[in-house]
Amino acid sequence: MLDWAFMASQVPDYARAMLTTLGLGGLAVLLSWVLGVSNAICWYFGYARWLIGAYVELGRNTPLLIQLFLLYFGLPQLGILLSAEACGVLALTFLGGAYFTEVYRAGFAGIPLEQAQAATALGLSKPQLLQLVLWPQVWQRQLPAAAATGCFLLRETTVLSAIAVAEIMYTTTNGIALYYLTYEFLLLMTLGCLLLFVPLSLGLRRLEARLA
Amino acid sequence: MTFTEILWQLLPGLWQTVSLTGLSLLLSLPGGVAYVLLSQSRFSWLARLWLELFRTIPLLVWLFLLFFGLPLWTGLDIGGVGSAVLVFVLWGSTEAGEVFRGAWRALPPAQLEAAVSLGLTARQRWRYLLLPLLLRLSLPPLMNVATRLIKTSSLTVLIGVTELTKAGQQIIEREDNALLIYGLLLLGYFAICFPLSLAARQLERRWSLL
Repeated sequence: MLDWAFMASQVPDYARAMLTTLGLGGLAVLLSWVLGVSNAICWYFGYARWLIGAYVELGRNTPLLIQLFLLYFGLPQLGILLSAEACGVLALTFLGGAYFTEVYRAGFAGIPLEQAQAATALGLSKPQLLQLVLWPQVWQRQLPAAAATGCFLLRETTVLSAIAVAEIMYTTTNGIALYYLTYEFLLLMTLGCLLLFVPLSLGLRRLEARLA
Repeated sequence: MTFTEILWQLLPGLWQTVSLTGLSLLLSLPGGVAYVLLSQSRFSWLARLWLELFRTIPLLVWLFLLFFGLPLWTGLDIGGVGSAVLVFVLWGSTEAGEVFRGAWRALPPAQLEAAVSLGLTARQRWRYLLLPLLLRLSLPPLMNVATRLIKTSSLTVLIGVTELTKAGQQIIEREDNALLIYGLLLLGYFAICFPLSLAARQLERRWSLL
């Protein structure tokens, strides 16, 4: 039989855990979005293409868990000590930046070259071309893909439990180890995840339907 | 420990990673067909639910749920590897199924009509037209599913599977060289996944129907 009273006593911990997921994940989404957009802009204007290409391939073809471990356990050997939360945000940003770069690179590539040529012929500077011509279209067109990437990144936040960031998964394994009430904690974990990710999925679907 | 010894130590872990993902991928193919059939049947909502469950709830949560929950709920203890394969096959089937569905929708109708008007039998149409086309349309995206599966398989270390990541951790515990080992692991995963995604991209370009 489930121990409901005990589960209720754990709700504050899970609420905190969900806030941690949202906070760290949200910060990482924001940072990686900025990174991705700047990379895509640099790529479009032909700066550091080799470097950006290498970064995207490395970020997309390696597991987040290893990126995370490399930062959390590897950096101290170089004398750099970061908190688990900082490592988590950094690793997520590294991963997400690669995906956002890909999204926006495709966005810029999808705009006919004639538009840039016409803008240049009219005497627009590069920043003006970007701000007035390219970006409004890229933003609109890639909004669903970018939102999907953001959701993906928030879901990946669960991996941060591996370095003891107190999000939902860590709270669960910790709880199971402490109280040995596996049923209760698994149920809390599932409920917490549904509460967190179902609205995200529904929002994403609505966004896609509205822009389609 | 010399460098060769380290690589030698990692080998069993690499084998576990490869066999785990290989088996999951292999079982996901018939699973994908089952998913497509289900989505075309009266119970299409079931396929929809299946897909959404695995797209919405992170795979790590699924791994924990089955690893800790299955023995409790069913008395069936399939261990870390068993839980991992089960989760990956359930997930991979939806991904493979969506790939098959996409390939089916991308079939050019004119070719099928041409085959019918040439008098090819149903069997011949499958043999000479549908299967080759479907294979070309689905192989590149399936390779992308494979790379995602390989990357995700690293998470199974958290439910006690001794795969590549765990093999690395065992070395670190003895040698205290986290930077080197995790760097090596990063390169190792990259060495597997990058050629796969590169090949997928090139095949997709070469086999594009238009």
